[in-house]
Amino acid sequence: MKERILEVRGLNVDYGAGPGSVRAVRDVDLTLHRGEVLGLAGESGSGKSTLAYGMTRLLPPPGVVASGEVLYHLQDGTTVDLLRIRDAELRRLRWSEIAIVFQGAINSLNPVQRISTQLVDVIKAHSPKTSPRARQDRARELLELVGIAADRLHSYPHQLSGGMRQRVMIAMALALDPRVVVMDEPTTALDVVVQRQILRTLVDLRERLGFSVVFITHDLSLLVEFSDRIAIMYAGQVVEEAASADLYRSPLHPYSDGLLRSFPALKGEKRELTGIPGSPPDLRSMPAGCAFHPRCPRALDVCGDRVPLLGQSRDGRSVACWLHPVAVG
Amino acid sequence: MRTNPKALTGLVALGFFALMAVVGPWLAPFDPSERSSALLQPPSAEHWFGTTHLGQDIFSQVLAGTRSVVLVGAIAGVVATVLSVLVGVTAGYLSGSAGEGLSALSNVFLVIPALPLIVIITSSLPETSNLTIALVIGLTSWAWNARVLRAQTLSLRRRDYVEAARANGESAWRIILFEIMPNLTAVIASGFVGTVLFAVVSEITLAFIGVSDAGGWNWGTVLYWAQSQQALAQGAWWWFVPAGLAIALLGTALSLVNFGIDEYVNPRLRNRFSMPGVRMRVGFTPVLPQDPKLAQKLETS
Amino acid sequence: MSYLLKRFGFYLLTAWAAVTINFFVPRMIPGDPVQALITKQRGQMTSESVRSLYVLFGLDKDESLASQYFSYLGQLLRGDLGLSFTFFPTPVAEVIGDGLPWTVGLVGITTVIGFLLGTAAGAVVGWRRGTWADSLIPVTTFVSSIPYFWLGLVAIALLTGPGSFFPASGAYAIGLVPNWDWQFIGSTVQHALLPAFTILVSSVSGWILSMRNMMVTVSSDDYVTVAHAKGLPERRVMLAYAARNALLPNVSGFALALGFIVGGTLLVEIVFSYPGLGLQLFQAVGAKDYPLLQGIFLIITLSVLLANLLADVAYLALDPRTRREG
Ligand SMILES: Nc1ncnc2c1ncn2[C@@H]1O[C@H](COP(=O)(O)OP(=O)(O)OP(=O)(O)O)[C@@H](O)[C@H]1O
Ligand code: SF4
Ligand SMILES: [Mg+2]
Repeated sequence: MKERILEVRGLNVDYGAGPGSVRAVRDVDLTLHRGEVLGLAGESGSGKSTLAYGMTRLLPPPGVVASGEVLYHLQDGTTVDLLRIRDAELRRLRWSEIAIVFQGAINSLNPVQRISTQLVDVIKAHSPKTSPRARQDRARELLELVGIAADRLHSYPHQLSGGMRQRVMIAMALALDPRVVVMDEPTTALDVVVQRQILRTLVDLRERLGFSVVFITHDLSLLVEFSDRIAIMYAGQVVEEAASADLYRSPLHPYSDGLLRSFPALKGEKRELTGIPGSPPDLRSMPAGCAFHPRCPRALDVCGDRVPLLGQSRDGRSVACWLHPVAVG
Repeated sequence: MRTNPKALTGLVALGFFALMAVVGPWLAPFDPSERSSALLQPPSAEHWFGTTHLGQDIFSQVLAGTRSVVLVGAIAGVVATVLSVLVGVTAGYLSGSAGEGLSALSNVFLVIPALPLIVIITSSLPETSNLTIALVIGLTSWAWNARVLRAQTLSLRRRDYVEAARANGESAWRIILFEIMPNLTAVIASGFVGTVLFAVVSEITLAFIGVSDAGGWNWGTVLYWAQSQQALAQGAWWWFVPAGLAIALLGTALSLVNFGIDEYVNPRLRNRFSMPGVRMRVGFTPVLPQDPKLAQKLETS
Repeated sequence: MSYLLKRFGFYLLTAWAAVTINFFVPRMIPGDPVQALITKQRGQMTSESVRSLYVLFGLDKDESLASQYFSYLGQLLRGDLGLSFTFFPTPVAEVIGDGLPWTVGLVGITTVIGFLLGTAAGAVVGWRRGTWADSLIPVTTFVSSIPYFWLGLVAIALLTGPGSFFPASGAYAIGLVPNWDWQFIGSTVQHALLPAFTILVSSVSGWILSMRNMMVTVSSDDYVTVAHAKGLPERRVMLAYAARNALLPNVSGFALALGFIVGGTLLVEIVFSYPGLGLQLFQAVGAKDYPLLQGIFLIITLSVLLANLLADVAYLALDPRTRREG
């Protein structure tokens, strides 16, 4: 087994506190290993972004982390819980250990500062001893890494196209050689060709630089191509987790199967594109039993009464579904 | 809709002032202009706010003056709001030079200093009454709201359902009345409240420099006499304190109502999920305490 | 540059509108104010100054409105604003020339300082949302609802009087002759402190409120969250990301609000008998000195336009999106 770098344990994230709050992430366990690309997939509104920002404590109000642990294993062997460390400590770990490319990277850049300033200030904040010259050189190098000409360094965000801004954000994420990069739909504003081109670059970089990636998208076919492992989310819960090849070959959860039938795969066997009928549940009034049962084509009687728990099924894979009862023990 | 304590406080206070505007002159214990032999008396049981240099009862002046203040504020507010809706919504809905022209017009009126303009107009008028003062204020202070409404209309016009209505060949009037106006209610209301505040302060300011309804009372006239009779030099603090506090209270009430509307329009300003012990904070999502007893308390509270 | 040119064109249009208003308003005045003046001054008026007042009031009945308008414009371009009734026979331009420096010095400087202070405080209050700083809001709301002049009255009542450091009226000690020596400058500053303080207290609270709301709004923009994610020091996130962006709408708000603000601040001069345009306006209203009233209105409008232009330049420097390359 590979070395673990980030472990999410029993994470619950709410919008709002007290009465009237909704739980958007429910009891999530997730492990990220060193050097791996972990894909996170699910329909729009399934809680992918909430999970990513909740575990890094970047969720804007009214988001609240209700409970859970986010354990981060530092290089020196010590482990910290990101949810419990002091602000200063968290600030120090941010970006130097865990960098994030936000969904909608279009608005992620400060409109009144040059790209160079925004690339350089993060380097300066974390390694104040570097010379201004070295920081500039690094900024130039980063832009070239993502395929942007270095003379764009002194542009303002509004002078760049949407795709360029997303690349700048990816470049920025790599500025401090982080060990974990979280990417929330980093390529949605781009056309398919550019999307794949950027992802290729990313995977190459990962091989060279050795960071781990949490890659979020609702496009499962993209994940199948680029990630090592995939976790599927539905209504705030992880319902299946598997190596991407296994998941692609034989999805166990009916929801995963539905997702795979929602996007045309670029290679491999062609599935019938049926999609998933119905729409996700309202988080305020979740159905009893399996949250997916009102939409599930294979629902059993038990599904409407009892919640299936995520666990190792008999064939050794993680899934929360009564079709694949959890191995006892 | 959740009740908004700020707006509620403001509305209650406004209701009080409106009530005083109706019944104030009858409640007043004295005729506000009546002279007496009690010259420049400090507050007493008989004269709650003291008396002027002519022995007039200041409490009665403030009470009776409420009517003029509320009246001018309301009339000017209505006039300016109607104008601002006409100019602003039209400017936003019309494209091309007509819209640009209306927008330039409101910008011109916005930049020209309002109070000096009101002063030169009112002092050139053959006669000044509450009505003419209210009209002049209303006719010169619509520009700010027109500007806001124009921007809102512009963005509403690009919404899908409005585009669809236009594609269906609905008349401009129908679209403006039934598709656009309902979405502007909050903005119009907040503009009205803001203009009333401006009108009240302007009327009082005008009265303070000597332009007011002949023979009538408002809080500004009280202050005018206090200033011209050197109330300060004579230590007669009671002459100007009550009227000033009344203005500040009315102003605060109006601002509170506007805060309520602002929070309704801009959800980011709302403090929806405030609870003790949890501070919502950008950049550092709060983590609820894990102490089971506390956690339970929070969940049931 | 095209941005500034456009703004400049707009200010020219506004100046023209103000002049035109100024041309039409006196035509509402009942009777013949000039004749009254001539009777009062009995022969002390030159025919030239009578003529210029006739142009100002539009009393030349045999001229067409258009030709009245053009002679009025021509007169303005020569800097002739007529003669002041109150300070007869001093020309209005000269009277205003005496008052303007005081107003610019007091109202101009304090308005800018008030904006800067209020914006800075508002940035902090908005950033510390959800803490004790929120409790400042009701106080500032209350203070910003108080008319400036009334606050001046309270300040005089509380802080001046026999033995006080603060003089209650005037711009410098009686008996001094305006010049540039230290005694005079010291006296000027001493006299300006209390009126300036009054203007600051009332105007600062308004800017605190608006900047606070801008900060709250901007703080939930994505780039602020990104700045946090980058692990930047809190000061940098607050200043370079949140406040720097919240400042933009506040600066344009400042430009737009100037026309409202000057009205209130001018009145502080009345309370403190400070010899600027506000006090002159007060005297002109009392004496029905129409030429002086109109002259003051014109000068204030032009000053506000100039201040607006400066605010535009500031905005241009602050927001790269308004700058056009090439
Ligand atoms: N501010 C909020 N208040 C209440 N509920 C919210 C808020 N923001 C998001 N939610 C809810 O939380 C759930 C998860 O949202 P989230 O943005 O995490 O989904 P997602 O999986 O990232 O979707 P997408 O693919 O569209 O980005 C959604 O059902 C959404 O309705
Ligand atoms: S538990 Fe039942 S309802 Fe839920 S996915 Fe499995 S089969 Fe469908
Ligand atoms: Mg998302």
